[in-house]
Order: sequence, then C-alpha cells, then structure tokens
Amino acid sequence: MPKEHANWSPYDNNGGTCVAIAGADYCVIAADTRMSTGYSILTRDYSKICKLADKSYMASSGFQADVKALQKVLSSRHLIYQHQHNKQMSCPAMAQLLSNTLYYKRFFPYYAFNVLGGLDSEGKGCVFTYDAVGSYERVGYSAQGSGATLITPFLDNQLKSPSPLLLPAKDAVTPLSEAEAVDLVKTCFSSATERDIYTGDSVEIIILNANGVRRETEQLRKD
Amino acid sequence: MYTLLGEELNLQITSHFHSSQQKLRSTIVITSRGCRSSKPSSPIFRVDCESVFDLLKLSTVDYQSLGISYHAMSCHVIMKKFLSRKQSEENGVFADMVSSQNESSLLSSEGDSQRTQYPYVTGTSVIGIKYKDGILMAADMGGSYGSTIRYKSVERLKQVGKHSLIGASGEISDFQEILRYLDELILHDNMWDDGNSLGPKEVHNYLTRVMYNRRNKFDPLWNSLVLGGVKNGQKYLGSVSMIGVHFEDDHVATGFGNHLARPILREEWREDLTFEEGVKLLEKCMRNLLYRDRSAVNKLQIAKITEEGLTISEPYSLKTYWNFAAFKNPTVGAEGSW
Repeated sequence: MPKEHANWSPYDNNGGTCVAIAGADYCVIAADTRMSTGYSILTRDYSKICKLADKSYMASSGFQADVKALQKVLSSRHLIYQHQHNKQMSCPAMAQLLSNTLYYKRFFPYYAFNVLGGLDSEGKGCVFTYDAVGSYERVGYSAQGSGATLITPFLDNQLKSPSPLLLPAKDAVTPLSEAEAVDLVKTCFSSATERDIYTGDSVEIIILNANGVRRETEQLRKD
Repeated sequence: MYTLLGEELNLQITSHFHSSQQKLRSTIVITSRGCRSSKPSSPIFRVDCESVFDLLKLSTVDYQSLGISYHAMSCHVIMKKFLSRKQSEENGVFADMVSSQNESSLLSSEGDSQRTQYPYVTGTSVIGIKYKDGILMAADMGGSYGSTIRYKSVERLKQVGKHSLIGASGEISDFQEILRYLDELILHDNMWDDGNSLGPKEVHNYLTRVMYNRRNKFDPLWNSLVLGGVKNGQKYLGSVSMIGVHFEDDHVATGFGNHLARPILREEWREDLTFEEGVKLLEKCMRNLLYRDRSAVNKLQIAKITEEGLTISEPYSLKTYWNFAAFKNPTVGAEGSW
C-alpha cells in the first residue's frame, strides 16, 4: 500500500502586500490590512506591521500564524537584548537577528515574507528585504507579498533611486521627499488593489523620521 | 532489553502474556513470516513490555487494563506506535529494520498511527457577533459522522471561566480535549486566588498558542474555534483555526458560516444592536445555513455573554419556509441546466 498523503497542510496563505521605502532621513513602511484564506476574506482590518524596536518596524505577509509567532520571537529577543545591553537594538542588528531566526527554521520554515524598515544609527532610512528562509539584503526600497510583482516595477520607475548595478555602489535611498514617498506608497496600493484580489480594504502606513513615528491609514477598495 | 535476531520482510506480531498477582509484565515477541505459512517462524526480537512502555510513555493505557485485555491487536497497535515513533526519532535498531521494509504490513493506512489525519465526528458552523451589551454566539447541535447526522444534542457552546464563551466546529473529540485544557487553565487561574481572572483576550491567546503548537507537531486539533467575552466593559470576539490562524473582529464565523453568514453580517451588523436585534440577525444567518449546509440540523442554541454573566439558551428550532420560487424551480432561467 503506497504511503498516503496528508489531507491537510500546515501552511496557508493569508495574502496581503507589504512595502517599505528608505529616504535620506526617513523611512516609510506600509502594508494593507486585508486577511484572506482561499477566496474568502477573514477580516478587513488586520495589521501586518509590528514594531520590533524604536527604530525598526517589520511588515510581513504570508501565513499569519507564522508571522505572529515570528513577531513574538523577535519582540522577546529584543526585550532580552534591552535587559542585557541597556539600549535598543539598531535596525541593522535587528535585520541580522531576523535573518538568523528565519534560517533557524530552515527545514520547516516560517511562511513569512518580510520587509524590515527603520533608521540606522546615522539617522538614514534603511530597508531590508527577506525571503522565507532568511536570505536578506539592504536595499533602498522593497515590496513583498501577493501584490509585490505589481508594485516593484512601478517603484523601480518612480523612485529615481540610483541603480543597484552601479559601481562603485551608491547608497540606494531615494532622493524623494517624505511627502512624495508617502504619496507614492498610496498610489502603489491603490493600483495593486485594482488587480490583486488579496490586496485591499485599507492600507496602514508608518513613517519614521528624526521627530518620531507617524501613522496614516488610507481606505482602499473593498472588493 | 531486546535482541535483534534476524531481518525479515513481513512482520507479524504475536504476543505472549505472563502475569503475576503483584506485577504485570508482558513480553512482546515479534516473529517473522517470509511466506504464508501458519507455522510461526523464528522470533526476530523480544521486547520487554515494561521497557517498551517506558519508551512510549503510554499514558492512555495503564498496565492493568492492558494486562486484562491484552491480545495481539493491542500489541499490534503498541508496536505500530512504537515503531512509528522510533522512526520519527531516528534512533534504535528498529528504525533501520523497518524503514528498509514495506511499512504497510505493520503500519495502517493512516501512516503515522497516532496523528490526526481526518476528523470523524464533526460540528458545523459557529457564528459570533458583538452587540450593545456583549457577545452573542450561535451554533446548532449536530454532530455529523461523515454524511450521517449521528448526534443531535451536541453542545458546541461552552463557558470558560467568568468572562468567556467558546464555540467550536470541527472534530468533537478534539473540542472535548480543548475543554479539558481550558478547565485546567481556569483551575490554575482560580488557585492563584488573587482577585484576577483570565479574560477573553487571554483565553484566545492561550488557544492560539495551543492550536499553533499542535500544528507544529503535525498533530492538529481539528477545530475552528470562536472565543467571545466581556471583561471590564471591553467586548472581545476572536477566532482561531486548526493551524493557528487567528484574528479578532466584530463578527466571526467558522466553516460554511464564512461563506453564508459573514456576507449577511457585513451588510446588517451594527455597533449598537440590541439583544433582540442580535438574536434575529443570528437566526437569519442560521436559517440560511440550514437551507444550504447539508450538515446543519434544525436544533440550535444561542449564547449571550455580558458583563453580568453568561446564558446559553435551551435548544430550539427555527421556522423554515420551503416555498420559495427558487427552491421549487431552481433551474428556471439557467440555460443548459438540468
């Protein structure tokens, strides 16, 4: 008798799109708030963004239970770090921690597609983009999730960032102002909503800069 | 403890049972049967039962009951458990031996014998809504065994502590297990005797962790749960699935309820629903489910939880109307349909 296949999967895709853009002195992290399963919508206002540290925000789409578990692990590791070092983790340090945490479950991965955004120790915007098993790279901007393929080419065109292929490597942050970047993010999401069924309802935008944190919400199509 | 005497293709387990008044001991003797002969051939290994039990940490079977009803079948089950566990732990002589053979002779078609693969007795949708004073939840009382509606008095809404209400769909036995976990949780909470008690948010979080951890072990509790309650004036309504997907909302539903009830709720739910309006809304959803979900039964309970306390109604049934034109003539206008 051949081995039977399981009739349930430990994974599910709860959809959603995440974007982050790094500027000279700010960082924008955004994610839609729709949570779906199959062709059904479970809820219309679910936050995919998690504050890991004062200057590090993570937006993750994919399998929600894994995302939540990942957020919990990182938050508690950060708390331990604060107890041991009496300071907050820097964004690049958190980036490395996230990568290691993901690789730790290399053979039963967290089905989470992450984008980490924040300010580095010089106050410049930094964005790190990940795959499900922890390979990461510091970039000027990134999109992950179901609408990523729709958003990335648009950002490539509109952000006026220096090409990542240039030598010597130039810092990839966008020369755009904060207001322009936020406006661009809203445009990204409304366009992605038109064509991606898993993106919509509303978008939550976090803006990090020297003055602190700001949060904006924009309504999107509910269909 | 055990000796490996040979390697064979098909394994048949026979058991030899020795018992004394004071101490129950048994020896499992595993013999081989390379060909279809009724004569038992040389034993492959003997396993001292006590040590097997130690290894397996059989909590569900105690020595006494095993001693009294010991026979080849239960032995087979134990060996199945033992061998599959050994395989998964990848240690011991057995693993090499069994893995190199056709597993099917020993292991049943369910693969890893002790992990949940399918649900057997299931409950259908649960619907929950927030209303002015608290939470309202509805579930019917059916327990289906595949396509048979086997049980018609299954209570799928239960109280949890002082502030919460749980409703479950999916495998009923797993729900009963969850109720045992919750019982222990609430017991320990009460034993603190510190004036604090677990609210719905905390219970929801606990359930999420339980479901997620079972999913991580590839042995899920096959349920979709709805958890609602009120504490210190704060209303809370959440949902957890069998793989740990969880969220909180003003209205939730499980199973078919997601497809048939949520759209109605999205249209007609309001923040300030009165109790009567809430019940009417839930009944509308349940009636819809009754018409269209084959595993729904017309016997339901509605539970209400507010700051004051919890009430679960007596079972009752809904009035149904079957003379809709669409029911009587379902294919009118559908070209090519039959």
